[in-house]
Amino acid sequence: MPPLISAALDNPATYFSWGWLQISVGNLIVILVMFVLFILALVLPFPGGHDDGGDGS
Amino acid sequence: MTAEVESHTVAPAPGDTWTGKLRDRVVRELPPDKLLPDRQPSYVGSWIYVFGVLTIAALLVVVATGVVLTLEGPEWYHISDVGHFFNSLHFWSVQLFFIFMVVHLWGKFWMAAWRGRRAMTWITGVVSFIVSLATAFTGYLMQTNADSQWITFEAKDGLNAVGIGAWFNVTSLGQTMLLHVCTLPLVVGLIVVLHVLLVRKRGVVPPIDAFKNEPAAASDTAEVAS
Ligand code: HEM
Repeated sequence: MPPLISAALDNPATYFSWGWLQISVGNLIVILVMFVLFILALVLPFPGGHDDGGDGS
Repeated sequence: MTAEVESHTVAPAPGDTWTGKLRDRVVRELPPDKLLPDRQPSYVGSWIYVFGVLTIAALLVVVATGVVLTLEGPEWYHISDVGHFFNSLHFWSVQLFFIFMVVHLWGKFWMAAWRGRRAMTWITGVVSFIVSLATAFTGYLMQTNADSQWITFEAKDGLNAVGIGAWFNVTSLGQTMLLHVCTLPLVVGLIVVLHVLLVRKRGVVPPIDAFKNEPAAASDTAEVAS
């Protein structure tokens, strides 16, 4: 691997600790990304869709 | 005499052979228009319904790049630039696979998508999640670097503590590798196929408030198009 990446992967992770809660930066980022994706999936309008002139929309 | 011969040459009725029975059953359970529909109810028009198929897309990239890694071997993917690139594609598509799967599972959880005889869909989802974790775990074990050595020796103690260290010996690189490149991906693939066929069979679950104005009984059991 390129030196930068292999250094990052082969070293201990950086941790945040807030009292009882301890979490690595990597894990925190992944959880936040999943959370943001979930919210966006609910609020962003979905494009397309057909109109049958039938039920509802 | 001739009558007897004729009776032997007559083809058996379709319902009499196991192939006929199986065909009848498959067509009855999953008629082609249910298996490959071209329309979905309007409530499916939301991004949250896309995460199942995003998970499949990520899984396909994981499998395709994994196949390339097995064809070329560790001397290639640990040393050459192109090898590193494919190793990274494999690694990052796994990250996306899990991210998509978790958003998918949150979506299904909050819409209680196990309603209306869809319990098996949820359960196959749970099993696919657990087997995917095992697959990712064996992947991390076979990196053959300081990281994998650390994970292996922590896991060895854990597995011994629960009494299965003799069958699942994480310090055996051979066993770990075979599980990772053969057995576990096969199981994940099989369960995903089952999961998706179940979704097709039952149809997409209606939103919880879809039948608000109808008698209460309809809301929990209603199935779209059946
Ligand atoms: C390998 C991982 C998985 C793949 C590839 C996958 C794929 C899919 C796909 C394509 C659908 C149909 C459309 C949609 O996304 O809404 C679906 C539906 C569903 N999934 Fe998954 N899934 C996976 C994991 C899970 C997990 C972990 C759970 C929950 C524990 C789950 C629960 C469900 C349920 C309940 C449905 C049915 C929803 C309905 O009937 O409307 N899946 N899945």
